[in-house]
Amino acid sequence: MPYIPHGPDEVAQMQAAIGIADLDALFDEVPAQLGSRDLPLPHGLGEMALRREMEERAAANTPLRCFAGGGAYAHHIPAIVWELAGRGELYTAYTPYQAEASQGTLQILYEYQSFLTRLTGMEVANASLYDGASALAEACLMALRLQGEGKAILVPENLLPAWRQVLDSILGWQEIPLLGVPYDRQTGRMRLPEGNSDSAALIIPQINACGGLEAVDALTDWAHARQMLAIAVVNPLALAILKAPGAWGQGGADLVVGEGQPLGIPLSAGGPFFGFLTCRKAHVRQMPGRLVARTVDAREREGFCLTLQAREQHIRRGKATSNICTNQGLMVTAATIHMAALGGDGLRRTAVTCHAQARRLRDLLAEVPGTQFPFPGPFFHEFVLRLPRSARAVRDALLERGILAGICLAEWGMGEAGDLLVCVTELASDEDLLDYRDALLVTLKDLSA
Amino acid sequence: MSTVPDNLRYTETHEWVENIGGGRYRVGITDHAQELLGDLVFVELPALGSQIRAGNPCGVLESVKAAADLYAPISGTVAEVNDALVENPQWLNEDPHGRGWIMVVHADAAAWDGLLDAATYARIAEA
Amino acid sequence: MNPAPLIFAYDHQRDPVHGSMEEAEALADIPQALLRGDALHWPNPSELEVVRHYTRLSQRNFSIDTHFYPLGSCTMKYNPRIAHEGAMLAGFARLHPQTPAPAMQGLLRILWELQEWLAAVTGMVAVGLTPAAGAQGELAGVAMIRAYHQSRGDHQRKRMLIPTAAHGTNPASARMAGFTVVEIPTGHDGDLDLAALDAALGPDTAGIMLTNPSTLGVFERQIVQIAERVHGAGGLLYYDGANLNAILGRVRPGDMGFDVMHLNLHKTLATPHGGGGPGAGAVAVRERLLPFLPQPRVARDEQGRYRWLDAGDLPASIGRLSAHAGNVGVLLRAHAYLRRLGREGVERVSRYAALNANYLLKRLQAVGFQAAFPERRASHEFILSVADLQRENGIRALDVAKRLLDYGIHAPTVYFPQLVPECLLIEPTETESKASLDRFVEVMQRIRQEALETPHLLREAPHHLPVGRLDEALAARRLDVADRG
Repeated sequence: MPYIPHGPDEVAQMQAAIGIADLDALFDEVPAQLGSRDLPLPHGLGEMALRREMEERAAANTPLRCFAGGGAYAHHIPAIVWELAGRGELYTAYTPYQAEASQGTLQILYEYQSFLTRLTGMEVANASLYDGASALAEACLMALRLQGEGKAILVPENLLPAWRQVLDSILGWQEIPLLGVPYDRQTGRMRLPEGNSDSAALIIPQINACGGLEAVDALTDWAHARQMLAIAVVNPLALAILKAPGAWGQGGADLVVGEGQPLGIPLSAGGPFFGFLTCRKAHVRQMPGRLVARTVDAREREGFCLTLQAREQHIRRGKATSNICTNQGLMVTAATIHMAALGGDGLRRTAVTCHAQARRLRDLLAEVPGTQFPFPGPFFHEFVLRLPRSARAVRDALLERGILAGICLAEWGMGEAGDLLVCVTELASDEDLLDYRDALLVTLKDLSA
Repeated sequence: MSTVPDNLRYTETHEWVENIGGGRYRVGITDHAQELLGDLVFVELPALGSQIRAGNPCGVLESVKAAADLYAPISGTVAEVNDALVENPQWLNEDPHGRGWIMVVHADAAAWDGLLDAATYARIAEA
Repeated sequence: MNPAPLIFAYDHQRDPVHGSMEEAEALADIPQALLRGDALHWPNPSELEVVRHYTRLSQRNFSIDTHFYPLGSCTMKYNPRIAHEGAMLAGFARLHPQTPAPAMQGLLRILWELQEWLAAVTGMVAVGLTPAAGAQGELAGVAMIRAYHQSRGDHQRKRMLIPTAAHGTNPASARMAGFTVVEIPTGHDGDLDLAALDAALGPDTAGIMLTNPSTLGVFERQIVQIAERVHGAGGLLYYDGANLNAILGRVRPGDMGFDVMHLNLHKTLATPHGGGGPGAGAVAVRERLLPFLPQPRVARDEQGRYRWLDAGDLPASIGRLSAHAGNVGVLLRAHAYLRRLGREGVERVSRYAALNANYLLKRLQAVGFQAAFPERRASHEFILSVADLQRENGIRALDVAKRLLDYGIHAPTVYFPQLVPECLLIEPTETESKASLDRFVEVMQRIRQEALETPHLLREAPHHLPVGRLDEALAARRLDVADRG
């Protein structure tokens, strides 16, 4: 019996202690009409057969060299990261409510909070939310709590579409108005919003959905001049070289969110990832999610515990800042180890390499006849390539050659039919870039024939 | 056994009220309330000048293990608030009837009449 | 044990790229105003320092792999390692979410099978796998109820009924979905107060959120009547799957009359708790809520090929809860667990969970502990109250919990549900052996004796861990939540 340790003698002894003749008696309070049925599940597999089946299923996913980004990025994860995060003491630990029995997890979360505040230039970080998109939804709800209910949120139309859809759902259920901020179709960049709407906050993505960099200082100042909060949406790897949101504009961004996946989290077809949220200390009581603080015990020994739990669902219930309970503890553990393993130098080096390789590929692709780059201007490791053919046809052709060429913007309802969002990371060697260019050359020829 | 001073009046939601004359009433939470809440770490005070209605929440008291609404014991206007509580929430535990006072409210004399006396409240607190 | 320094204490001048020619060239196309002015203030520990630091930190943790965790309503069962191995295979781990479906058939098949199997064990017709945790599953569930009523033009149903004993996520989720909450009390025997339910039902009732067995650890015996009354008033029933382990393979929520539910895969299906997640809160529905399931979902065509269903295919869907397809890595582990158990194994789960819980209940009562519902069967968990110890000499549930840590056993859930004073909610799960349970009883008996004879041992516990009870008030007042260097 997999994972159930009882032998027949033990079962008999336990039944005797309870005073029952068989295990069915344990369900005598359940109305008879709700009885058991034959479950239409297959029979169980032994571990050997299960391993084989999983390997077969894994092999049925085509191995590809990845040039797709769009909020999920292929990076090198040092071997020690999951070796350590997979230790049973971390992998099978519970939420650290009993602080004395969880100092390992709690200190790791405190270190995580410290890494993130330094990275984003803010004062407080929570211990994670589910992913970047839902973190953004939570930040909007937080902005409304701070600014007054009934206001709207300004949402740029060049935010990743899937993130916008998440806002539509989560904020839509509370009937919160979302006002779109158009972007310039020539540059792919946000326009300054028109007029003086009564909005609680302006969302500012750095980097935007087309890989481009926004004028974050001007946008932050614009928001503050109208008594709006500035919500920064950032890529944590990019912050190794880009200005931290805490330094944007005159006053700095007020809330910072993003997708933490680039920090040591496998792509894994989209999850589990984790969302980060950092803010000013003055706003901490309105921040959702768990928070770890440093303190002492009765013998003045330093330790860590969860704090401000009164904001959370298990105490405040209906009036909680959020309904979040389980978050992404293991992913944050891995991310913390990853950040330590890379160090400040390693993170910066990785970011520089990503951008250098992206520029190199862009230059190579510029030599391919028929290609264009519709959005000039600064970008970080991701850019839009405009093809003379359907981006989808090109992507499918390159798939046959073992290359995931990028994301078709038309599938997102953005850009034109020939637009492909191409991402390059440090995983791409110079040969990989040449292979991409050669594959594209051949494919465009084939498609013209 | 919590302390229940005789000169004060009370609500079922564990606030005390002191008649300080001139239509002004000082308000705080009882010794029993601070025992229940545990160590207080944060207080959200009502705004100066705001109108409060008896029985409605007008602030928040947060401890490490609980967050409770502060209910207005009487209807009126908030004339003073004890801002020092923001830096010193522990006064609510240490001296709930003295240094831990929360606000002073301008109200009708009728408000005082509707409140519980010390003996009645003491019975509620011990139950 | 010396306190472990923070990782920020390890810093070496290594090979910084900051300020180098290489970097200047690479970043030349980015305007200075957008770049970071100073170097990132992170440490640069050596690889061995990182390994030692986090290995040592891990040793300051309790975990299922090292300790018994009788945590009520958390279902801390063994997390099978074969599931982790499978989920981390490169063929899954390196898959980008934007990979076209034809290149991810292996993954899509697994997700499709999981959808089918979860529908089968819950007695529902369809499943959405995307909610990232139980709370997000609850939110999706009540949002579907909202969408259902609105689709029928019934816009006045704004109230959600929730038992006072419910888990805090229930009212929080209901509020996030735009409902107001009406609380329904429980009777002294552990069943819901039907009279109060009848009084609360009306044309403004959207539905009721229940778990069965309830948070009180006992089966809600009137569930069929409750379902009839709520449906009769035009409302729907939501099932909180936190306690599914008690009935897995035995009773199906769909058969009890529930219209929608979530499962906690990190409880019932043994995926790892990881120090606080990730979880997965798959939702399952009966026919009338099928159009509203969150997207995306997986479909299979007649040729046996798998593809994603998205907004175009699911026009009435409540939408997306996350940017991609939910916590796929967790779903892979859940699939492996079900595959390993199979039909017979799934049917065994609730039987052995109930056996372990009822055995513990009887033996703990025999050594003097008081059960909250002594005349009821335990489900997969049960509640003890130590109010008698409190009356005796002020010892509280918290003190018992902290003393258990000294004996190498994680504390049970304490002070939940709030209805029972000084309570311990105990759930052994089916993966715990009789020997482990017997040791727990021995330890509890000893602690009870200590409580009566030498109570200071409990009041000052834990004594044998890296830290004692921490000053939480100081933590909240000082709010030292980051070392910013």
